[in-house]
Amino acid sequence: MYLGRVIGRVVSTVKDASLVGRKLLLIRRLPNGPSVVAVDAVGAGAGETVYVCRGREAAFAFKPHEVPTEASVVAIVDTIEREL
Amino acid sequence: MLLARIIGTVVATRKDPRLEGKKLLICRQVDPDGNDEKGYLVAVDTVHAGFREQVLIVQGSSARMAQGCKDTPVDAAIVGIIDQVAQD
Repeated sequence: MYLGRVIGRVVSTVKDASLVGRKLLLIRRLPNGPSVVAVDAVGAGAGETVYVCRGREAAFAFKPHEVPTEASVVAIVDTIEREL
Repeated sequence: MLLARIIGTVVATRKDPRLEGKKLLICRQVDPDGNDEKGYLVAVDTVHAGFREQVLIVQGSSARMAQGCKDTPVDAAIVGIIDQVAQD
């Protein structure tokens, strides 16, 4: 899992039936990583810092539904505390 | 999941029986602006995508959760045709 920022949305009309009604977000890995398309599981919005789950486990966020995704937004970050 | 553009097709006669009837497409990854990136991948089509269309690809074992891909030897599946990428 890693932290990312919501930098956009992806619109798709023709898609897998399990993806209908799901929000597709464009996420940039923080601080300056590559961007990835993730399925939203928590209702995240533009500019928010989020927690992204990758891999097979990303689909678990939508249980009991089977959603074909390997990247999901599973949390919206409120604060980050860290020692430099 | 990643954004890609379809750049070709693959024809295979001898293949795993579970891949029969599935369309194999050559895809090139693109950035959110639509610019080509390096490399390519072969993905199974589940949404009837066509040449040059921008698509959404799911990779890894999650690809088997795409429609019609259950228990098939697939690690990249096209699960959506992109209409628009809106960047903030």
